[in-house]
Amino acid sequence: MDDLIADFLAETGEGLAALDLALVRLEKAPDDKPTLSEIFRTVHTIKGTCGFLGLPRLERVAHAAENILGLYRDGAMSVTPAGITLVLRALDRIKEIVNGLESGGAEPAGDDSALIAELDAAAAGEMPAVKPEPVAEAPSPLEAPAAEAPAGAQAPQSIRVSVEVLEDLMMLVSELVLTRNQLMQLARARGDGPYTVPLQRLSHITSDLQDGVMKTRMQPIGNAWQKLPRLVRDLATELGKRIELEMRGADTELDRQVLELIKDPLTHMVRNSADHGLESTEARRAAGKPETGRITLNAYHEGGHILIEIADDGKGLDTARIRQKAIANGLAPEAEIAAMPDREIHRFIFRAGLSTAQAITAVSGRGVGMDVVKTNVERIGGTIDVASVSGRGTTFTIKIPLTLAIVSALVVEVAGERFAIPQIGVLELVRVGGGSGVGVERIKDAPVLRLRDRLLPLVSLAEALGLEPVPDAGTEQAGFVVVTQVGPSVFGIIVDRLYDTEEIVVKPVPPILRHIGMFSGNTILGDGSVIMILDPNGIARATGVAGEGAQRVSDAKTGHGMRSDDRTALLLFRAGDATPKAVPLGLVARLDDIPMEQIESSGGQPVVQYRGQLMPLVSMTGGPPEPGERGRQTVLVFSERERSLGLMVDAILDVVEEAMEVRAGQARPGFLGTAVVAGKVTEVIDTGWWLRQAGGDWFRPAAVSAPKRLLVVEDSGFFRQLVVPALAAEGYEVVAVEAAAAALRLREAGEEFDAVVSDIEMPGMDGYAFVRAIREGGAWAELPVVALSGRTEPDAVAKGRAAGFTDYVGKYDREALLESLRGCLALPVAA
Amino acid sequence: MRTQSTGAAVAEAELFLTLSVAGQPCGVPVLAVRDVLGPQSITRIPLAPPEVAGAMNLRGRIVTAVDLRRRLGLPPRERGAQPMSIVVEQGGELYSMLADTVGEVLPLRAEECAPNPPTLDPAWREISRGVHRRDGGLLVILEVERVLTIGEAR
Repeated sequence: MDDLIADFLAETGEGLAALDLALVRLEKAPDDKPTLSEIFRTVHTIKGTCGFLGLPRLERVAHAAENILGLYRDGAMSVTPAGITLVLRALDRIKEIVNGLESGGAEPAGDDSALIAELDAAAAGEMPAVKPEPVAEAPSPLEAPAAEAPAGAQAPQSIRVSVEVLEDLMMLVSELVLTRNQLMQLARARGDGPYTVPLQRLSHITSDLQDGVMKTRMQPIGNAWQKLPRLVRDLATELGKRIELEMRGADTELDRQVLELIKDPLTHMVRNSADHGLESTEARRAAGKPETGRITLNAYHEGGHILIEIADDGKGLDTARIRQKAIANGLAPEAEIAAMPDREIHRFIFRAGLSTAQAITAVSGRGVGMDVVKTNVERIGGTIDVASVSGRGTTFTIKIPLTLAIVSALVVEVAGERFAIPQIGVLELVRVGGGSGVGVERIKDAPVLRLRDRLLPLVSLAEALGLEPVPDAGTEQAGFVVVTQVGPSVFGIIVDRLYDTEEIVVKPVPPILRHIGMFSGNTILGDGSVIMILDPNGIARATGVAGEGAQRVSDAKTGHGMRSDDRTALLLFRAGDATPKAVPLGLVARLDDIPMEQIESSGGQPVVQYRGQLMPLVSMTGGPPEPGERGRQTVLVFSERERSLGLMVDAILDVVEEAMEVRAGQARPGFLGTAVVAGKVTEVIDTGWWLRQAGGDWFRPAAVSAPKRLLVVEDSGFFRQLVVPALAAEGYEVVAVEAAAAALRLREAGEEFDAVVSDIEMPGMDGYAFVRAIREGGAWAELPVVALSGRTEPDAVAKGRAAGFTDYVGKYDREALLESLRGCLALPVAA
Repeated sequence: MRTQSTGAAVAEAELFLTLSVAGQPCGVPVLAVRDVLGPQSITRIPLAPPEVAGAMNLRGRIVTAVDLRRRLGLPPRERGAQPMSIVVEQGGELYSMLADTVGEVLPLRAEECAPNPPTLDPAWREISRGVHRRDGGLLVILEVERVLTIGEAR
């Protein structure tokens, strides 16, 4: 039987039972308005549902009964026993049909016209004067059900149970699980005894019961999707788009509680996809895509989690716009944003106050949304991420735990206190100190762990919780690091001891403790003691070790593609002069001390044999170390894929968490600018520049035979420092000047370039005048000239093209600039 | 202390459980009390407000313990002295108020209750709803709700 019909039957059965009572009540007290309204509502609901489900017989009978009830309710007709009898007969007929439906799966055949005629007549005020039937009539319609009784009496396949009962059951089972754990622990401690076997049995039954009760809470995620097809259809009409919604894995089950919490965020995201994600039909046609946009929902299980993907094949996120918005809203310093990889930029949409819709529509675009979605998802211990490819679409992935009620947790001890860490999110456990060969290292005060090829930031749980370490334990003599993942970032939590994992029942903390944020709840362990459950999200937030868009070592693509929510872990070091230098810690794969005598020279380039490979070394201090020098050389190792590169520095100073605000200073190669770090003026190094010193193709294996020469004309020193390294990292040879006049002087001096990149708004000669000057004649007349501007409105672009620019690119869109240059330089210039 | 009960008084009087904090007798309405427990093992909660002594297990439910001495800004108990727990419920959560000793249940008549004297220490005044004069001493009636208003809620 159809699910909908089954639901309808369950609901109608209840409604009808209540109606019988209410009608009898009404007969006794005809003026009882609330009862009358209640009856009317119930019949109305039945009628409405029947119409929706396509049950014409039921609908007609209910409709006729509703007419009379409507008149009663409005006071147009007074309630009479005869009228009530008639309505009761109609209800009996409805029950009869419902019974038929239940046993046969379809409305039984039958003729209700006589009854309907009577009801209509009564509604028209023609109540039969004499009413002998009531007594006899009442059972008469039941003839049919009498025959069907055996079928109708069949127990319904599902019953409705109030959520409260289920919640109570769940709670009791939770308690039972705890008691069972306690008993098992006692039994283990005592060794075997007469209780062992029955306890085992109790344990099994408890587990089965737990599963069973959990099942009652499980619902297919499709329940949360039911409204979406309609929503999408309406949106499509409203927005004038053609949208197809595909739903996969609708029968994936998850906890009712989780389902409730995820419903609204999902709806919101589908709405977003339809409104922002998908282009208009014309735009799709123009882009050579199928006219019908597609939104795909996909849900599936993966290791104790549910993954839900919301994908569209629309235009993708507007990276440049998000950049601008993020800068306009001050979400991060301009320098950081301008240098961030796209993926990081995309994550800004999870921040408050950033809607990329150009116009506010009725559908979305009010700047609340994805941040709320993220908060809701995180509230239930989930994570959300976004991946977007320009022109191809956007995919959101939500990862949520199957259930919130019972989770598996690792029990740890620190400073003599025990805490539980949910297993979700724990990646691995590393034993440190005490002869394990692995040690927590301190760069000044910040603990880090070298784990394989990355430097893992660590959080001391004792410090984070304000606990005093047990004195005799010493400082990290021996302990464990719980490697934890929060969103995309990975960090380690230092603890003293590890215990078992245990199934724990998460109970919320009381209101007076909610502000702490480090705990997601508390629970009672098998031994009866209360234990606090740590919230890795909270720890990461409180200690700043990870945040929205925090750095991941593996993403170290460019020298300066780093940012963290508010603060960045910076590695401070000294090289050459006394001014401290800084580099985002996340970029550094390892720190190493290399014996000087191992440093060799290959083609004038210092190299060292490192992990079976030759690693080029770049000196920040001037020349390579003198051959034969003794001692050790401190090296910052940067890695990408199999390649490593060492940056030789004098000394490591510290690791600090700072909001990095780089001020563009004098254009000194190798430095992005200066920042005040830990109260001192510090130079932030341009990693990309230094890495290129080991060979221009370090990050880009595709060798450029002869580097193309670019001229960048840009009045802002700050921006020059961003765009020049970006271009240089791509293998271009870049010359930057700060004014058009200076550029033209270069032309007069006979300098040759392959392309020119120019700002539009500049003091003195602006970009338009500059390009016209180029096109007027001379050695550069045929050169591709790419405009770089903050303004990318169509009319600005048109004006630029009219003036003679080959292409026109948004200022913060690094990819677009590179793309444009590749295009310009590959094709013969058509100027 | 001894129970003072004359038949007439019991009928109209409210029952209070007496307890003492640093030698000061206090009273809590009996109807607010769910349990009185002896010394319990209490799990410390790091970063919690100082008044919160920790959490304990009461027959499978987690009870947050609030130390009345700390709540009132009094010096800690002597070493080895074990507090008593008076368990109350508020907003569906169980809390335990830790007192030095728990006495008896007394009927007290409302009209005998005097408002807080102006000289009462502010820390006490914050959580007291009135004072009873008894046997030459004073019994401070604690307002449970205010005792538990700590942390962010304050």
